[in-house]
Amino acid sequence: MGRFLLVCRLAARDLRRRPAEAVLLLLAITAATTTLTLGLILHGVTDHPYQQTRAATAGPDVMAVFYPPTSKTNSPVDLAGLTALTRRPGVTGHSGPYPVTMAVLQANGHTAGAEAVGRDRAPAQIDQPRLTQGSWVGDGGVVIERSFAEALGVHAGDPVTLNGRSFRVAGVAVTAAVPPYPQVCTSGCEPNTPRQAGSSTGLVWLTQAETRSLATSAHPLYYFLNLRLADPASSQAFAMAYMNEAGQSLGSTGPFLNWWQVISEQDAHLVKGEQQVLVVGSWLLGVLAVASVVVLVGGRIADQTRRVGLLKAVGGAPELIAAVLLTEYVALAVLAAAAGLTGGWLAAPLLTSPGAGLVGTAGAPSVTVSTVVLVVAVAVAVAGAATFVPALRAARTSTVRALADAAHLPRRRARLIAVSARLPVPLLLGLRLAARRPRRVLLSLASVAITASGIVAVLIAHARLNAQQLSGSAGLDNPETDRVKQVMLGVTIMLVVLAAINAVFITWATVLDTRRSSALARALGATRRQVTVGLSAAQVLPALAGALLGVPGGFGVFLVVKHGGTMAYPPFWWLIALVLGTLLVVAGLTAIPAGIGARRPVAEILQSETT
Amino acid sequence: MSYTGTASVLYARGLRKTYGAGEGLVRAVDEFDLDVAPGETVAVTGPSGCGKSTLLHLLGGLDRPSGGEVRLAGQRIDQLGERALARLRRDAIGFVFQAFHLMDELTAVENVELPALLAGRSPRAARRRSAELLEQVGLSNRAGHLPSALSGGQRQRVAVARALVNDPLIVLADEPTGNLDSEATLEVLRLFDSLHEAGQTLVIITHDHRVAATADRLISMRDGAFVDETRLTGGTTGNLGALTGLED
Repeated sequence: MGRFLLVCRLAARDLRRRPAEAVLLLLAITAATTTLTLGLILHGVTDHPYQQTRAATAGPDVMAVFYPPTSKTNSPVDLAGLTALTRRPGVTGHSGPYPVTMAVLQANGHTAGAEAVGRDRAPAQIDQPRLTQGSWVGDGGVVIERSFAEALGVHAGDPVTLNGRSFRVAGVAVTAAVPPYPQVCTSGCEPNTPRQAGSSTGLVWLTQAETRSLATSAHPLYYFLNLRLADPASSQAFAMAYMNEAGQSLGSTGPFLNWWQVISEQDAHLVKGEQQVLVVGSWLLGVLAVASVVVLVGGRIADQTRRVGLLKAVGGAPELIAAVLLTEYVALAVLAAAAGLTGGWLAAPLLTSPGAGLVGTAGAPSVTVSTVVLVVAVAVAVAGAATFVPALRAARTSTVRALADAAHLPRRRARLIAVSARLPVPLLLGLRLAARRPRRVLLSLASVAITASGIVAVLIAHARLNAQQLSGSAGLDNPETDRVKQVMLGVTIMLVVLAAINAVFITWATVLDTRRSSALARALGATRRQVTVGLSAAQVLPALAGALLGVPGGFGVFLVVKHGGTMAYPPFWWLIALVLGTLLVVAGLTAIPAGIGARRPVAEILQSETT
Repeated sequence: MSYTGTASVLYARGLRKTYGAGEGLVRAVDEFDLDVAPGETVAVTGPSGCGKSTLLHLLGGLDRPSGGEVRLAGQRIDQLGERALARLRRDAIGFVFQAFHLMDELTAVENVELPALLAGRSPRAARRRSAELLEQVGLSNRAGHLPSALSGGQRQRVAVARALVNDPLIVLADEPTGNLDSEATLEVLRLFDSLHEAGQTLVIITHDHRVAATADRLISMRDGAFVDETRLTGGTTGNLGALTGLED
């Protein structure tokens, strides 16, 4: 017990000695755990609003669509078949059939396809869309599904046209009978097949008379029928049995029956892209967090060599040293995991409402035990992996060497040294400084490559959206893509922040590590500016490689998170600007610690460094 | 930088370096005057902490004085900017440190050529000059060795070669034998003696009277101030080993 207390006390005091570094470590790991938590708990989070919407709109268990025979588009729909369906065993209620036709909607400068559903003015017992704005259908008044209305940018009272006829937006509503735009699907719906905004139709409600008047020979009427079953859980079995009996299957011309679970899954598509981005983003952030922790821990331990020597000199065994260091970082990791879990839990509802085309909010999603275990394990693994090797090395360092605060001998790269002799002085110094610590160079490179990958993925997402807007007839915003872009942007900002922290700390670690060499170079005639530029160049050179690697890396990230759809290629100049911008940012960021390091008087450094 | 005059190569008047203020004021160097003639070897000696190294840093432009003036080859250097001082250190001054201060990852020849590369010499010219100097200090067979593979005396000889690579007006040596055993000390002193014979101007900071005895002139310091000056002849005419008591 005494030993445990001693370890805790030493760890706590060490953390208090350098609070800023402890806070940065905490932030780095928290960023990774928050995104991981979001990614994990977002799965299924839409169940809550879907159920709320289903309750608020008296959502059907099964929705049937009856089309006219394909060979005779002018033939009427088999209404007798519709009536027969309402009398099948297990059916306890129905609404409809409601006439539907495809129409061209124009509003706010946009043109889009819409399924116009004819509804009674009186409320229905089953599937009565819930108004979020305005009033229900009436003469000349159209009600627009909320996601579709948001994409069109229209509100209650705005003018629209359907097949060239003028209407007024009477209201905006949500339904649980059809997935929201752009996932609107009334027949042959495949839960895992996403739809694109440009190729999707939206959903609008009109009076039955106006719907019938919009029908044309090219777009004849078809019908929606909503069913309530005695056992909602058996909806799929009911629908499949009927379609088998009718000789229909998914992909043919119908009649088609959708069941509520399919619609719920289609709703989940709205957050599936976000979830994929967050999970991939959390792994990228996790890797960056490892890099941050390695740099910070490495810097701290290098700075602590003498303290380690003192602990050993007064009888501290190597295990004690390792235990103190590991305790410090594991404690920070557990704190970061707790912060990440809380942050993720609080942020999840913001990502799923209110634009999901559903009423209510996602509410506080449940954080399962497995999520907690995984997030804590990742945080501890990040801290442990980054700390283990330096802690072991510190513990194994001989007491005399540690007391002398002797730096580790740098690596020698003969070829680089020979090549650098031909370069201008700042590059000569930069290349030689970089070559001294190849692992630090790799960390720097990885950090920039990961961040650049995130940025390239966002650029590709933008390029894809632009391409969709150019090629799609609707030219509408895709709320799903917008959400993915927003989340991707958020993750990328976190990546940039972490990478910036890494760049500054790697430079500072290099400044500390090379203070004697830098001072010596100045004593031998290098100017302060040359040394500063050299230190900065030591970071810019790996940053260049990292930025270049980030380009293919970004395409790889996008392939993982693209959530269906096609690959797009951003303009070449965007990528060039990214590489050049990365170099400028890294140069700017690293110039600060490099400049501060080079400001210390040469004589002072050379006198204090006796090795 | 070339020097053709007959006046002092290095000249200091009223040189001061203070730290702190009020009651905590420390006078590391206090109104120090110095003239070093071309080709002369001057030893500055005194107890530890008397300000010898600080004086050397002021003379070499590594530190800025609180007062007084320093001239090198007639040019006032205490008011120069950072860049001009760097150029001065590169072209006109060679430093030898007690702790050698060699780059650990560079071989002997790479260490020697570094100031030449910093001065903008071509890699080939820098390498050729470095090889010559290593031969001059008796280390041509160790040119490809890292400092960790060299003895203390050999490291200091590499440091001396490095100090000479840009043909400086003056070499400033700070306790050059402070980290060496007797044999290595003798090696380094012989090297300085040969430099002296070749006309190289040297200022050696040392608290070792045996080293000081090899100079033309010995200046004593205490508490940052000049104490006395002694002209010597042993360094140029006597047997070095016998003089220093390092050789039977």
